[in-house]
Amino acid sequence: MQRDIEIAELRRLTQYIDDNFDYDFKNYAMSSFTRRVRRVIELYKFTSVEALIKKFKNDPAFFQEFVSEITVNVTEMFRDPTFWSSLRDEIIPEVIKEHRKISIWHAGCSSGEEVISMCILLKELNCLESATIVATDIDQSIINKAKKASFSSKNMELNKQNYERYGGKHDFLSYFVEDNGFFYIKPELIERVSFRVQDLVKGNPFSKFDLILCRNVMIYFNQTLQNEVLKKLHGSLFKYGNLAIGSKESLIWCDIANKFVVVNNEEKIYKKIKD
Amino acid sequence: MKSSFFHNKYKGIVIGGSAGSFKPITKLLADLPKDFPIPIFLCLHRLKHVRHGFIEALSIKSSKPIFEPLDKELVRPGMVYLAPANYHLCIELGNTVSLSTEGLINNSRPAIDLTFKTAAYVYKEKLIGILFSGANKDGALGMKAIKDKGGVTIIQDPEESMMNTMPQSAKQVTEIDFCLEAEKITNFLLDLYKAYQK
Ligand SMILES: C[S@@+](CC[C@H](N)C(=O)[O-])C[C@H]1O[C@@H](n2cnc3c(N)ncnc32)[C@H](O)[C@@H]1O
Repeated sequence: MQRDIEIAELRRLTQYIDDNFDYDFKNYAMSSFTRRVRRVIELYKFTSVEALIKKFKNDPAFFQEFVSEITVNVTEMFRDPTFWSSLRDEIIPEVIKEHRKISIWHAGCSSGEEVISMCILLKELNCLESATIVATDIDQSIINKAKKASFSSKNMELNKQNYERYGGKHDFLSYFVEDNGFFYIKPELIERVSFRVQDLVKGNPFSKFDLILCRNVMIYFNQTLQNEVLKKLHGSLFKYGNLAIGSKESLIWCDIANKFVVVNNEEKIYKKIKD
Repeated sequence: MKSSFFHNKYKGIVIGGSAGSFKPITKLLADLPKDFPIPIFLCLHRLKHVRHGFIEALSIKSSKPIFEPLDKELVRPGMVYLAPANYHLCIELGNTVSLSTEGLINNSRPAIDLTFKTAAYVYKEKLIGILFSGANKDGALGMKAIKDKGGVTIIQDPEESMMNTMPQSAKQVTEIDFCLEAEKITNFLLDLYKAYQK
């Protein structure tokens, strides 16, 4: 499709999806959402947004595939190494000292690289046994992938470099079993993780946590939706719980920013101080 | 030069570059007056793991405020916004920028094509795109998008560019309004500055 996708077409699409599938993409950030829709249209050789809607009508099962394609799943282990070292050196020891246990939610966990990083970090701090971890994503197929926890060797080089930059002292690859060009995380490392499908937009708080990671997820939302989702994250934190967002995101322009204080501005870690 | 280009209606300037562009771009930023009013968006290929140092290096000689925007940050006049390492920088309707971790484009994140295309969509004929030296094709289709929407396209003269693939590729896919040596690009912007003083 050569021409630009018009805003009215996008509205028809997101309205159709909301009416028929109970997902709400209306407040996703315009430019990236448009690009993702265009990508789906090109990938499946539809001629227009209308044709995509027609496909949903004829083949509702296609919708899950659409969700998979529309979401951006790019992720890395130990992405932003200094973020992970500040979790290791400041945030997590403090929670453990206070409560002797820690509950963690990875909201928008994608294929699980962030979760693996967390488990390795906790293992090295000797507190994996004290942790309960929930990892969620809107995309069923990426959750399936995260559960499998197998990573192609071509990505492992970068993961390993990040681990080294984080200051990891162990043999990184020893946490994995290699088979046929894929690296499988050793099952005992992630046995405490519960992977589930959950939609941050339509879903409601389901538990309370000491630490929530929601990194590089809200950048795909517009500010209205960022506000709404932030309220839910706030509602899912214990008082004095910590929230980490992506290193280039900010809370300062959100309605409830005053219910948080900055713990680490460089790494975008915040603490809930008011209910 | 055609005087029709020198008016005060521009809303943004996007600048792209890769290998060999750091020097001319630092020079350009150093020569711009502090109150140069049009917001500038820089998309330069850079090492993905080096989060720090780049801004500092660009800022050494420049009096202009240069920084990496946060997601959904408001665009303000006179600022220079640099695409952060490992994020695409996009211009959004409603005078904000957004960041994205979508896959590599032309093997790059940030990708110049993406910054240029989103800027072209938002600013249309009120946009100037400048492409400097570089060893790949990123930016060429972005320049085409700018031209297609009526904006102004400028490339660093391939003769002068340390790596000419980037400006050359832009020339192959679209009409280039000005092909200039780096110093002349600065002069162009200084002439434009005068148009805003009136
Ligand atoms: C770029 S990945 C971030 C992965 C990881 N947190 C990181 O920073 O490396 C964004 C993830 O957010 C998920 N996502 C998008 N919309 C969502 C929603 N409404 N609810 C839950 N997850 C969502 C996507 O499926 C995708 O896997």
